Amino acid sequence: MPIARAARRATVRIGAVVLAGALLAACGSDASDSSDSANGKVTLTVDLFGSFGYKEAGLYKEYEKLNPGVTIKQTDTEDEADYWKSLQTRLAGGGGLADVQGIEVGRIASVTQQQSDKFQDLSEFGADKLKSQFAEAKWSAATTEDGKILGLGTDVGPEAMCYRTDLFKQAGLPTDREELAQKWSTWDGYLELGKQYKKKAPAKSAWLDSIGSLYGIMIGQEKERYYDASGELIYEKNPAVKHAWDTSVKASDAGLSAKLDQWSPQWNQAFAAGSFATIPCPAWMLGYIKGQAGDAGKGKWDIAKLPGGAGNWGGSYLSVPRAAEHKKEAYELIKWLTAPAQQAKLFQKQGNFPSSTGAIEKVAAAKDPYFTDAPIGQIFGDAAKASPVQVLGVHDQNVAQQLTNALSEVERKGTSSAKAWETAKKGVANVVG
Amino acid sequence: MTLTATAKAAPRAPGSGPDDTRAASVRRTWRRLSPYAYIAPFFTLFAAFGLFPLLYTAFVSLYRVELQTSGDMEWRGTANYTALFTDEYFWTALRNTFTIGVLSTVPQLAMALGLAHLLNYKLRGRTFIRTAILLPYATSVAAATLVFAQLFGRDFGLINYVLGLVGVSPVDWQTGTVASQIAVSTIVVWRWTGYNALIYLAGMQSIPGELYEAAEMDGASRWRQFVHVTLPGLRPTIVFTVIVSTIGATQLFGEPLLFEGSISGGIAHQYQTLGLYMYEQGWGFFHLGRAAAIAWVMFVLIVVLVGVNALVVRRRVRREAGR
Repeated sequence: MPIARAARRATVRIGAVVLAGALLAACGSDASDSSDSANGKVTLTVDLFGSFGYKEAGLYKEYEKLNPGVTIKQTDTEDEADYWKSLQTRLAGGGGLADVQGIEVGRIASVTQQQSDKFQDLSEFGADKLKSQFAEAKWSAATTEDGKILGLGTDVGPEAMCYRTDLFKQAGLPTDREELAQKWSTWDGYLELGKQYKKKAPAKSAWLDSIGSLYGIMIGQEKERYYDASGELIYEKNPAVKHAWDTSVKASDAGLSAKLDQWSPQWNQAFAAGSFATIPCPAWMLGYIKGQAGDAGKGKWDIAKLPGGAGNWGGSYLSVPRAAEHKKEAYELIKWLTAPAQQAKLFQKQGNFPSSTGAIEKVAAAKDPYFTDAPIGQIFGDAAKASPVQVLGVHDQNVAQQLTNALSEVERKGTSSAKAWETAKKGVANVVG
Repeated sequence: MTLTATAKAAPRAPGSGPDDTRAASVRRTWRRLSPYAYIAPFFTLFAAFGLFPLLYTAFVSLYRVELQTSGDMEWRGTANYTALFTDEYFWTALRNTFTIGVLSTVPQLAMALGLAHLLNYKLRGRTFIRTAILLPYATSVAAATLVFAQLFGRDFGLINYVLGLVGVSPVDWQTGTVASQIAVSTIVVWRWTGYNALIYLAGMQSIPGELYEAAEMDGASRWRQFVHVTLPGLRPTIVFTVIVSTIGATQLFGEPLLFEGSISGGIAHQYQTLGLYMYEQGWGFFHLGRAAAIAWVMFVLIVVLVGVNALVVRRRVRREAGR
């Protein structure tokens, strides 16, 4: 019956949410049917976005074996923006929430500052003892001012550059990762190499996937981006944002981009088709590349150090909503999933780089055969150590999306940089307003 | 209660006692009130799920409400509405709704009319064909749109491939303003043409066959029969489909949303409709107050559109009656 009550509450609160709330509450009910706490049997629901890779790495199976009676059911939304939208709708309605919900790092400030009452304070279950396990920045971002712990860190997103050795060879470029890292030690060097590539590139193949991903990876190298430490929106006058923007526009003007929107179906198809030779890749992208490029791509890819220094893009948290059905069991699960041993295993299988300090040491020697045995432990480990601790704001993710959208306009519609910047500003005002 | 009273009263002579008049008055009252009882379920449901949300939306539209903190409401008066009228994207959305509406409604109804006319002939396998044209309508918007999005793909789409065969360079169906609107309209046309054709067909079959026979005897061609017999006979049906399609076009949402999976209606809002604009404000940015204001503006817009439609039709009818 709590589901019916939740649905009713939704009706009263916001008329428009009624339908969504009721539908989702209906989805939630089948989870409660299949779980039978009286027999010590529990079905834990996990709702994630993108590719966390737990299932692929076999971690759920392992946990189920260790904890007889626990069954784990995962749902997954590819695009984080869609995921966040539906999560917010369900939080407002109070129904249909999974026991474990993933939270992107760009949203965590919104959770700690605006919705601390909607997520379970994990210190009630003793999470405060785990603090020493995690990288300091990762831990503090999910802690509210009054000390509530609202999520456990999963991965972080140290950055590198993934590239196709077969395409490089065809265009007569060097394929050695050390040599490339030297040649593109700066972003200008990277664009220069791109121009060389373009001259002799195979047909229908561009230097990089989209300037949106170039912008994303560059902005990840900065400490301050859209907000300053006091929570003020500063993106307009931030030289770091301008630098990333201008470099992206330069890449577009030089015709280096395949003009694909990240996360679109075309983008997905392009991984296997070889439409681009390089893609700026945070560690979590490795699993995605493997998934999209498939077995045929094995050995064709390699990874080199990122131009212009170390950076971090993304990374996530696992949280337990207040309205979750099995809060205690959910906490046990996320504690296990984010423990050093599991984070290390996940990195070796899927490439998601650990946020747990213990795990980082464990994976220093890891190599990935899919990426021509690139020393991913070392490349991403170095990047993780050197990357700045970023200032996070409430609307980080949405602001980033507006800027990326405007950049797409530049590369796909040929809009001038100045006009696109105005569009972006309008978009951000719309988001924040 | 009432029934037994009537039964008892029946054998007596009418109008012979006070009992009788009472029974009659009860009967009269029931007869007067019973229709209301019969239609009450609909109106109760309508009040709960139609009227209340409508009024509540109006109430919400006067506040600043954010989905993430939906408990805190901040009075804004008409600020949500005025902000709307100075927002460039609102006007873009309004314009897009209109152009996509025209691009989809006009060819759709014209094609439906033609199809219906053809289906009205005696054909082999008529029932099968009539059922078949309804199939697109039975397909879900999501499935249809996803397939069309693939067909209209820039790099790997079938349509660009075919265009390439005849020497046309690939069109970026998602980025170009006109191209993207045509693509979205195509999905709408594909889904609704068969549906409208069936409605027209039903209308055509109520036109007496003698009219056609007479026309044929007078030597009228098939085309002239269509213009002078079918079209006038179909007028009320056409008015109905125009109104329904107008409402549908004003609310267009699923196709543009799923076409690229973009809540902004493309990177430059190039095919963002009003419905999508509302969704972006409400479920993209979580500004529920503003979304509610847009919902009300859309509601008023539809009422006005339908009103104008009805007015035009009524004036036409009166003019014709006067002739």
